[in-house]
Amino acid sequence: MTPADTFRFATRAALGYPLRTGLMVLAMAIGVAAVVMLTALGDGARRYVVGEFASLGANLIIVLPGRNETGGVNAGSFITSTPRDLTVGDAAALLRAPMVRRVAPLSVGNSEISFGGKLRELMVLGTTADFLELRNYRMAQGQFLPREDFGRASAVAVIGQKIRDELFGAEAAVGRMIRVGDARLRVIGVLDSAGQGLGMNTDELVVVPVATAQNMFNTNTLFRIMVEARSREALAPAQRQLEEILQMRREGELDVTLITQDAVLGTFDRILGALTLAVAGIAAISLAVAGILVMNVMLVAVTQRTGEIGLLKALGASGHDIRAAFLTEAALLSLAGAAVGYGLGQLGAWAIRLAYPVLPAWPPDWAVIAALATALGTGILFGALPARRAARLDPVQALAKR
Amino acid sequence: MAQIELEGIERIFTLGDSKVHALRALSLNIEAGEYVAVMGPSGSGKSTLLNLLGLLDRPDAGHYRLEGRDVTTLSSDEQAAVRRTRIGFVFQSFHLVPRLTAAENIALPLMLAGMSAEERKQRVGRALHDFGLDSRANHRPDELSGGQRQRVAIARATIMQPAMLLADEPTGNLDRQTGQEVTSLLEALNATGTTLIVVTHDPNMGGRAHRQLFMEDGALKQDLRAPSPRIR
Ligand SMILES: Nc1ncnc2c1ncn2[C@@H]1O[C@H](COP(=O)(O)OP(=O)(O)OP(=O)(O)O)[C@@H](O)[C@H]1O
Ligand SMILES: [Mg+2]
Repeated sequence: MTPADTFRFATRAALGYPLRTGLMVLAMAIGVAAVVMLTALGDGARRYVVGEFASLGANLIIVLPGRNETGGVNAGSFITSTPRDLTVGDAAALLRAPMVRRVAPLSVGNSEISFGGKLRELMVLGTTADFLELRNYRMAQGQFLPREDFGRASAVAVIGQKIRDELFGAEAAVGRMIRVGDARLRVIGVLDSAGQGLGMNTDELVVVPVATAQNMFNTNTLFRIMVEARSREALAPAQRQLEEILQMRREGELDVTLITQDAVLGTFDRILGALTLAVAGIAAISLAVAGILVMNVMLVAVTQRTGEIGLLKALGASGHDIRAAFLTEAALLSLAGAAVGYGLGQLGAWAIRLAYPVLPAWPPDWAVIAALATALGTGILFGALPARRAARLDPVQALAKR
Repeated sequence: MAQIELEGIERIFTLGDSKVHALRALSLNIEAGEYVAVMGPSGSGKSTLLNLLGLLDRPDAGHYRLEGRDVTTLSSDEQAAVRRTRIGFVFQSFHLVPRLTAAENIALPLMLAGMSAEERKQRVGRALHDFGLDSRANHRPDELSGGQRQRVAIARATIMQPAMLLADEPTGNLDRQTGQEVTSLLEALNATGTTLIVVTHDPNMGGRAHRQLFMEDGALKQDLRAPSPRIR
């Protein structure tokens, strides 16, 4: 029997039992569609998060108070003392590192803003002039914080778009006096919308000089310090220089953590990549179930067509011919199921993208290839046993079966 | 050298504890071109003998030489090749593949032999014509009458031009008139030189054969030859 004839014979056999074939194709299709859609969702989430972090700026180093234990064991790890706080002094000192371009100390807290009898709870961010360029923000009106000594508590504020709209409506905001907590501040600018990022919404933010914020919250510690290196290549040397400076300022002990965007991105990329893989694995279980279904359906087909198999043997079909015919049939059904499932999966991913436009829910290539290969593989694998059983049937008994 | 030489054939079926001696000490020669009827009561081993002759079954003891070659020792794939090229089967229940048309059913042996679709079509077309099935070529078995079905089955059994035709009660499922037609068809094929071995319960049909084998309890009881080929 030529391969072309085997193929044609198997196709006719599959089409000869439409209900059985339809159900099997559907089972396989659901498995493949599940893999395609769930990986699209998982990978979409990964891309979304990675995209969010990428908007931070590539040359950024974030300095946090306290030693991150995953950084390894050092002498300091064994001394149980609360870590020293980060101060504005630290931030100013970091500016001396030659590989550093910009430094922005951050102090964050919640407070109330009031103007003309209107009162609103909001987030106050204390920082310095460099922050604007460091985060690539833009001004809608007026100016950002003045470039001045980090310790100077000027009574000025920059507000977000939404705050501006709520407090001032159609009136001009720049130049007006507002009250934030107990401080009276002059509005000197309005931030342009930049969307969500790192848990801060620039639209609902008031930015004040870092010393002003520290006075407001009655503290002299910092939430963190953001540092921008001169270039991407300068990131590693800059990190070393920062560590040296900070170590010097804290009697030789480095009880701070330095995070680069690369590291954060890498971590998230890994976590969400693993998540996608796990989801794909769970979806693949449905493929295994489909495979078992393929086996059962093919076993039923062998029983149903016992007489036919006996006849083919009487007509001179070899065991190989019969095995090939049944295996081809199983492979064809799986292939059809995989194709339908791929279509359904892509349709589902498209629906997700339509429903959640922020989520780039495209199924990754590897998942699509893996799903199709698994579908075909399971079909052939689970088709092998029924095909072998068919090939081994005793022709006399097979012919006697009615 | 006879076409078929059976020597001391034994076939024993084991069902649990009991053993059924379906064929015992069977020795038999059949020449090429003979017309043989196998008769006997139910359970006497007629079908078992035919399956053995058709290489669908193996004896437990004894030798079967087909055209001088000992075929009992062949591998199952080698036996399949012999069935494909030298043997045609006709069954009581036709055994047509229900989803295939008459033409496709007839083409099955050619397909198994790996013949090209083109050549297949020609050969099948000729067979359809010879068996008066021209107008039924694209009908499925369930759209055919019993006689037409058996004609398709015979066309299929002979399309490879086998050396022998084995028929197990070929008229068993047909009415008298149609049975006659089918019998004539088989006899016409025998007249062109194909060995014809028919298992039958019908003494009329058996009487038409040139040689009658009577089986009883797995053994050959009687081997009758007509003194000379009857004029039909
Ligand atoms: N596969 C088998 N397993 C067990 N016993 C079998 C098997 N095939 C046949 N037999 C037994 O062998 C004996 C001969 O059977 P066979 O089918 O050859 O009879 P037969 O002459 O063709 O009968 P009938 O005229 O009813 O078709 C019977 O007793 C039958 O029960
Ligand atoms: Mg019988």
